[in-house]
Amino acid sequence: MTAVAPVAAPATASSSGNPHFLRRLLRRPIAVACCAYLVLLIGVAVVAPIAMPSVSTQDAGNLFAANQLPSWSHLLGTDTLGRDVLSRLLVGDRVTLIGVAEALVVVLVLGVPFGLLAGYVGGWTDRVVIWLADLTYSLPAVVIIIVVLSVFPSSMLAAMITLGVLAAPDIMRVVRSATLPIREELYVKAAEASGLSRAYILTRHILPRIAGVVIVQASLLAAVALGVQSGLAFLNLLVAAPAPSWGGMVAEGTTVLLLHPWLIIPPGVAIAVTMLALSLLGDSVRDAAVESWSAPAGAKRTAAKRAPATLAPASTKTDIPNDPRLLSVQHLSVSFPGQDGYLRVVDDVTFTVAAGEIVGIVGESGCGKSVTTAAIIGLLPGKGRIDDGSIWFGGSDIARASEADLRNVRGRRIAFVSQEPTAGLDPSYRVGAQIEEAVRQLQHLSRPAARARTLELLRDMHFADPAAVAQRYPHELSGGMAQRVAIARALAGEPELLIADEPTTALDVTVQAEILDLIRELQLTRQMAVLIVTHDWGVVADLCDRVVVMYAGQVVEQADVQPIFDAPLHPYTEALLASNPHFAPEAITLPTIPGTVPPPGSWPAGCRFSARCRYAVTACAERAVAIEAPNQAHETRCIRYAELVKQ
Amino acid sequence: MTVPLLFVVSALTFVLVSLQPGNAAQEILGTTASPQAYAALERDLGLNRPLYEQYWSWLGHAVRGDLGQSIFTNQPVAEAIGQRLPVTLSLLIGTLFVSVVIGIGFGVFSALRGGAAGRAADALALIGFSLPAFWVGAELIVIFAVWQHWFPATGYVAITASPAGWLRSLVLPVAALSLYGIAAIAKQTREAMLDVLASEYIRMARANGLSSRAIVFRHALRNASIRVVTVIGLVAVGLLGGTVLAENVFALPGLGSLMVNAGTQHDLPVVAGLVVCFTVVVVAIILLVDLAYLWLNPRVRLR
Repeated sequence: MTAVAPVAAPATASSSGNPHFLRRLLRRPIAVACCAYLVLLIGVAVVAPIAMPSVSTQDAGNLFAANQLPSWSHLLGTDTLGRDVLSRLLVGDRVTLIGVAEALVVVLVLGVPFGLLAGYVGGWTDRVVIWLADLTYSLPAVVIIIVVLSVFPSSMLAAMITLGVLAAPDIMRVVRSATLPIREELYVKAAEASGLSRAYILTRHILPRIAGVVIVQASLLAAVALGVQSGLAFLNLLVAAPAPSWGGMVAEGTTVLLLHPWLIIPPGVAIAVTMLALSLLGDSVRDAAVESWSAPAGAKRTAAKRAPATLAPASTKTDIPNDPRLLSVQHLSVSFPGQDGYLRVVDDVTFTVAAGEIVGIVGESGCGKSVTTAAIIGLLPGKGRIDDGSIWFGGSDIARASEADLRNVRGRRIAFVSQEPTAGLDPSYRVGAQIEEAVRQLQHLSRPAARARTLELLRDMHFADPAAVAQRYPHELSGGMAQRVAIARALAGEPELLIADEPTTALDVTVQAEILDLIRELQLTRQMAVLIVTHDWGVVADLCDRVVVMYAGQVVEQADVQPIFDAPLHPYTEALLASNPHFAPEAITLPTIPGTVPPPGSWPAGCRFSARCRYAVTACAERAVAIEAPNQAHETRCIRYAELVKQ
Repeated sequence: MTVPLLFVVSALTFVLVSLQPGNAAQEILGTTASPQAYAALERDLGLNRPLYEQYWSWLGHAVRGDLGQSIFTNQPVAEAIGQRLPVTLSLLIGTLFVSVVIGIGFGVFSALRGGAAGRAADALALIGFSLPAFWVGAELIVIFAVWQHWFPATGYVAITASPAGWLRSLVLPVAALSLYGIAAIAKQTREAMLDVLASEYIRMARANGLSSRAIVFRHALRNASIRVVTVIGLVAVGLLGGTVLAENVFALPGLGSLMVNAGTQHDLPVVAGLVVCFTVVVVAIILLVDLAYLWLNPRVRLR
């Protein structure tokens, strides 16, 4: 798949501990708000018990003013004993935060060093950490803390240390997995080679890199600790009355729920808002860290969407073909979202496939071959869209078809085989079941009939024992077997056109020949057209009737196979052929094409190949080159093709 | 791993409880009794024996299913657990059921819709993580039991006594506890679904004309569920702590409220029995998760 993220910038390995990271974090209003709130809480925790020393020992307030709703004299009302709810809430903040801090310190002191060691040193340290992490998953934390509290009654320190110990293996595991890839990086290897001590490398090189991960985990753990602390306080296991704590205040409120339901709202909201702030802070840190690890990934995760609305109703360039061709791609242009708006990836591509014909699309990686085929079946990855042009198939323009209409084309009339046969099959089902599913859906057969048809299809793929193959899972098949299964499934709907996107690229050479033979045989027996994407001229020579050469999103040459091999009319085709091992004379260093394909967005105004072309003249780079057809059914996009022929 | 785990956990419980200042004899007799009375009661309860002896004799009985008896009520511990286990299991299973159904449903919906539904899923996850269950429980009592008399505020009705009453007594506690599970499961389902929907085999299934329903449910959800099952296990283990709180809020006579009482009273046989019982429940959960994982993932099955 060359189509994914044509403009994906290389992931910048910038540290999450560097100033850019902090700046990026502070640019997020939510992160700033959360930090401000937490700082405020800490301030209150320090100041409130000093400013209101009597609150934590106050058994009762003004009993004549008990159970009041909020008023100017008591902003959050008063409790059953007439005490001011707001001051109890503020004073109770301290014990809550201390509990969270105690757990957090234990978690970090235990978790980070051991996680670092496990990831960096590996070996038995690593195994012990993993074993501990597995063990703590099987311990009911709250139950154990209650046991501890029965030994150390009302000892919040004991409870929170226990929580910290139980939660530490979790962070050990996270730190370990964050450390593993860093250990392999060049600069760490270099630091090791230059004789720096392990402790120095760990603290100066690795720790800053995993700071983001640690902060995320710490804020999530702080939220958990807050939940546990307030829950235990709610059970009256932590804080002895009359000292206030948020959980304890909820507990006091629940004893008078019928009488005074307001009482549980202030402490509950305080707990919830604080947990929310901690979770949000964790999310923001993670987002900011992810942003620094990778360029904005466009729309990797949004489902492929066609945008028929953005497509002109029927562009003037499009001639409605009345020829007998099965597939006619006319002036097709496709673009993908880049950093600054959409980027053209396929540009004004026109070609046809006749019924029963085998057409090859060749070109280097990144020329738009795979995107073109994906556009035909309406499955552009990410937020790719068809900007212009039409795709005529069986009398209708499927570039403008609705998703529902496309579904009637896919599988039933156009089938698709990809270059990753194993990844293209669902790992959870036996391959027979997957073919059968396609047969049943596409041909509306009964279950027994579909099963028989499945075995028949597998036999057509030259499997000696179709029933045994049907029982296997995709991961139990070799690449070549998986590709034959994928072809069997593609043929379930008796399609008129099979699109094969580099079907042999991932396979061994011997297996490649098998698959190509199979495709040719199927094409002959079924009178099916095949559109095959490849960068292997051997495939073209073996299989194809006609060939379309693509370069930098454009068709640069197309013709029947023989004329292309005999007398290519485009320097790119000539260079590609010359660099092909199948046709190069032996004992000669294989010529390569200097330079690389210009990526989308940096296509030159003139001939896109001119920078790498040995025949290029100044005129080549001056303006866009149009397609010309010097011979019947032989097109080229070169202003000097006539001279090329003479040479 | 199960047997050594139970062994370690119960031994640890004994050691921990023995560390406590004061013992059950003092709890029973208070601070005013004579030293002779303490000594007599300690002898009766076997508290004067060395700890390893106490543990050894407990273990000898425990493997035969005899967990001893409560120091305070003289009720056999196994019987007390047997009486209360259905309450906690009802709560646990009910909460898991609701969390899984709503969590997966919401996760799939938001993964397919994206946009606003995706943001709603994120917001729901945050809210579910942030609201403490014991407080939500109290608020639910205020709204649905005090203001509207739809459900009983507290108490438990055995399913054998009245299935409808059992259901009604569970609605509020299950609702309070489910919030967290729904949030965790919905978030994981959504992320797993998005990853699977972007995979090559889903693209190929689409390219070869499978219906959307088959793609979403047969292929995407099936593969996403491998990751969701792991989270369901974690949620289930976490819920054990939640049931302790919920049983307290809703006055349900389950294992959690027994635990809190026994813990504050230093009732060692009950505490030890309960710890073993909770650990067995956790081990059962982990076993079920592992089995589900094997069933869902043929690649693991064969190794």
